[in-house]
Amino acid sequence: MREVAIIGIGETKFGELWDRSFRDIGIEAGLKAINDAKITSNDINALYIGTMASGSLIKQEHVSPILLDYAGLSSDHIPSIRIEAGEASGALAFHQAYLAVASGYYNIVVVGGAEKLTDVSEDVARDITSSTSDQEWETFFGVTQASQYALIANKHMNTYNTKREAMAEVAVKNHYHGSMNSTAHFQNKITVEAVLKSPPVSTPLGMLDCAPLSDGAATVILAPLDIARKFTDTPIKIQASTISTDTATLFHRRDICTFDSTILASKKAYDLAGIGSSQLDLVELNDNYTISEIIAIEDLNITKKGEAGKELLNGRYRIGDKPSINTSGGLKAHGQPYGAVGIAQIVEIVKQLTGRAEKRTVNGAEIGLTHTIGGIGSVSVINILKRVN
Amino acid sequence: MSVSRYWREAKSRYMLQGSKCGRCNRLFFPKRSVCPSCKSLSINNIDNFNLSGNGVIDAFTYVHEGLTGFEMQIPYVIAMIKLEEGISITAQVVDIDDNTKVYIGMPVRMVFRKIGEDGKSGMIYYGYKFSPDMANFG
Ligand SMILES: [Zn+2]
Repeated sequence: MREVAIIGIGETKFGELWDRSFRDIGIEAGLKAINDAKITSNDINALYIGTMASGSLIKQEHVSPILLDYAGLSSDHIPSIRIEAGEASGALAFHQAYLAVASGYYNIVVVGGAEKLTDVSEDVARDITSSTSDQEWETFFGVTQASQYALIANKHMNTYNTKREAMAEVAVKNHYHGSMNSTAHFQNKITVEAVLKSPPVSTPLGMLDCAPLSDGAATVILAPLDIARKFTDTPIKIQASTISTDTATLFHRRDICTFDSTILASKKAYDLAGIGSSQLDLVELNDNYTISEIIAIEDLNITKKGEAGKELLNGRYRIGDKPSINTSGGLKAHGQPYGAVGIAQIVEIVKQLTGRAEKRTVNGAEIGLTHTIGGIGSVSVINILKRVN
Repeated sequence: MSVSRYWREAKSRYMLQGSKCGRCNRLFFPKRSVCPSCKSLSINNIDNFNLSGNGVIDAFTYVHEGLTGFEMQIPYVIAMIKLEEGISITAQVVDIDDNTKVYIGMPVRMVFRKIGEDGKSGMIYYGYKFSPDMANFG
């Protein structure tokens, strides 16, 4: 296996982009990344695209030739591959692209994630959101995605005495980070009181515990590390890229307060990178609901099971702490365009490690980890990225 | 939903029919054809098994933003229920009024109810929900 580096990044603003179509945002992010990597279309061997629900959201399956065509690459007739893995579609596309370059089969690969969530009504979007759970045995009976995370929150509070305020603190921290990110869906700061008073979605979770439904796209360019410096002075090395899976059905798990897929994928990634969680400077992790960040911090072994809430109430994990968690604003504030999420998390780590993270830059950061979830923890994708000196 | 898609799951949804591995006796709901413990050794050795429908609430939530078709019921209770046979299931808990305190450990039993419908003149779906089990309140 060859060593692989990220040589370029691009992303759109995340949010309600009423004037932009799926292909508009996909192409914008792609062209920005191609420009950032200073490659030409002749350099590109393949395109990988992560999108979760284009068929339900814009009634368009087989989006890969459309994005390829509108990127001006159709006459090159290169492979264009769409990958679906729920909310982790982009992260899985990245993993597959990484393997393709590491194996030596391709050299320069473009990996994009995109989702257009605001072309349907909020009700329809919510139904689609819940469709990554088991349709026959969960959703059929009225089980929403929010209700599944609410069950986890209820159990976590009961088992570990996790405070409601600790969950609120996740949203407060991530909105604070998002206030320093010009591409974020939400750039306003919020208070613990506002989270606690927000209208209930599925108790104990309120509206401000839930990440928004966003439009957005993000792209990165991969190349073998040994030629990466031909394109950029600041290649970011992929130290590890791992996946682990679990049941789609939440009630089949041994313990709903833990995502085994996250534990296993991150253990494998720490091993491959030769580091422990204490060496992480930056972490972009899944905070689609506030409770999600709490269990992710624990499952990534950043703290012990049951302790993340206390750490958050002590003011931990803000920009400047080790690790700084969700400096982009996370899914909560930066936004949640499903297929784009995994790529956007990688873009944030690359921005941080190359000094392009605006006012939220974490000084001296060397190593960052991304954690992306599909379904209710039925797949976890972990990437560890490192600055090359 | 097509009639066949609904009809083929009816036994499991009407009377909690799951399955049991003939090799290690592990129970499953819904049914499956391969036991995750015995893997290939369980093939053709799994039989139907009807669950009792008695259990206790292991985690619960009041849903205020429901799925399409459930709007009229909000807020409704969704719970993960530990069945007495040792396996779990997630379902709606009904027959709860403002004075009912839902709690972890609350005994519940399966009841047969309407789940939803395909519009005004379409198919009506039935299946399991759970209700507080008064007989088991100490
Ligand atoms: Zn077995």
